[in-house]
Amino acid sequence: MSRRALLGTALVLVLVLAGCGGSAGGSATAPSDGPAEPGGTLTVFAAASLTDVFPGLGEQLEADHPGLDVRFTFAGSSALATQVAQGAPADVFASANESQMAVVTEAGLADGEPQVFAANVLQIAVPAGNPAGVTGLADLAREELTIAVCAPQVPCGAAAEDVFAAAGLEAAPDTLEEDVRAALTKVELGEVDAALVYTTDVTAAGDAVEGIDVPQAERAVNDYPIAVLADAPNPQAAAAFVELVRSDQGQQALADAGFRTP
Amino acid sequence: MRRRSEPGVPLPLLVPAVLAVAFLVLPLAGLVLRTPWAELGPQLTSPAVGQALRLSLVSATAATALSLVLGVPLAWVLARSRARGRSVLRALVTVPLVLPPVVGGVALFLVLGRQGLVGRWLDQALDVTIPFTTTAVVIAETFVAMPFLVISVEGALRAADARFEDAAATLGADRWTTFRRVTLPLVAPGIAAGAVLCWARALGEFGATITFAGNFPGTTQTMPLAVYLALQQDPDAAIVLSLVLLAVSVATLLLLRDRWLTRAVR
Repeated sequence: MSRRALLGTALVLVLVLAGCGGSAGGSATAPSDGPAEPGGTLTVFAAASLTDVFPGLGEQLEADHPGLDVRFTFAGSSALATQVAQGAPADVFASANESQMAVVTEAGLADGEPQVFAANVLQIAVPAGNPAGVTGLADLAREELTIAVCAPQVPCGAAAEDVFAAAGLEAAPDTLEEDVRAALTKVELGEVDAALVYTTDVTAAGDAVEGIDVPQAERAVNDYPIAVLADAPNPQAAAAFVELVRSDQGQQALADAGFRTP
Repeated sequence: MRRRSEPGVPLPLLVPAVLAVAFLVLPLAGLVLRTPWAELGPQLTSPAVGQALRLSLVSATAATALSLVLGVPLAWVLARSRARGRSVLRALVTVPLVLPPVVGGVALFLVLGRQGLVGRWLDQALDVTIPFTTTAVVIAETFVAMPFLVISVEGALRAADARFEDAAATLGADRWTTFRRVTLPLVAPGIAAGAVLCWARALGEFGATITFAGNFPGTTQTMPLAVYLALQQDPDAAIVLSLVLLAVSVATLLLLRDRWLTRAVR
């Protein structure tokens, strides 16, 4: 490479770096159109189990408020709570249990009291046809089966621990998945004989997965709280979204996906 | 290549170079500054950390060994053989370099999983299942890290003086003997450098591992996975774990550098 080319490359790099700095500062403050209409960008952090419900509600909100752009991040609630605590520019946080919401509220990062908008229970998911012949929770304690359970750090894993404790069983998982959807994927791929996921995930997976009810799961029902964040760049749109989730329409969408509604 | 003897670094190079150093070093400095030193002792002695660290070191080393056994011959084929389609082959084997590791993990499932092309047969005929085992960790790490070794060794082979090999051939050595007695010693520093790069990449592997091998303490939970999960519950513990991983990698690289890498640089 000639000296001139090197110099050119260096200059371009400096310009790019300078450009990044400028635009990052500019876009962080979303434009708000005064108190009248929610507009700009709304960022919603939601538990992985809400992956199939919230996007529909987001589209509804966009249709109601032209100019509004709703964006979602779906992941394990604990990962999201950590990101919020580290200053992620989110407007709304919807958690799959109360304790991950508590991480956010105890840090003073929620605006007002979180509202419980849904509940979910665990169910055993097996690949279509149930090749290993799983019938109940006791099968998830069998060493010879390949079992996926959520990691204890995420809400579905915490609930799974409670369910196994309530049943007096020692679980024999082969992998502790980082969120509930990762566990579900292993079932869909047929790579595990069974996984403990939410009822709603079994519904969402359609024909690829069969669900088996677990009576003990009633001992560990997860309540889903939602909150507008104190540092929300777009508090108006955030409030509108929370309102929509708690409206009859939102509750119906959640019920259709298999959630229990309060 | 001309070498310029004028001292000093031109300003247009100096400024971005300093920025690059700051960009690369500041996050590491942040890690060290934010480390809760009081927690260091208890974390270091906790059996879970020892388990994850041991698994990481063992599987990264096994992945490097596997990469050496398979990757050095591949590098030779890419650098020396006259076979057609070598450029296509090179592009193919370097795909894992640009592939997101999670995609690599899914791809491994589709081939080696219980329902995979090869895995189905392994499962039914030999009763061998690979996912969710330490073997799966080694395979995932090898998949992601071997291209680094292949590229380095191929580069070393191309740079090596082919006249030594020609001389060996005229003296009656066959190609295998030439490879063993002439080529290998000639490119040994390049192989060592490639192996270190490969080992470092394998040690840090996350995406393909958590996808294909899952996450279970003792069998498949390597340090990067432990860091990721610790971050969700106890950020301080995650920082300590990261620092341990950082210290171990830097120490290993320094140790190897004294032994081998200085020769590779020369």
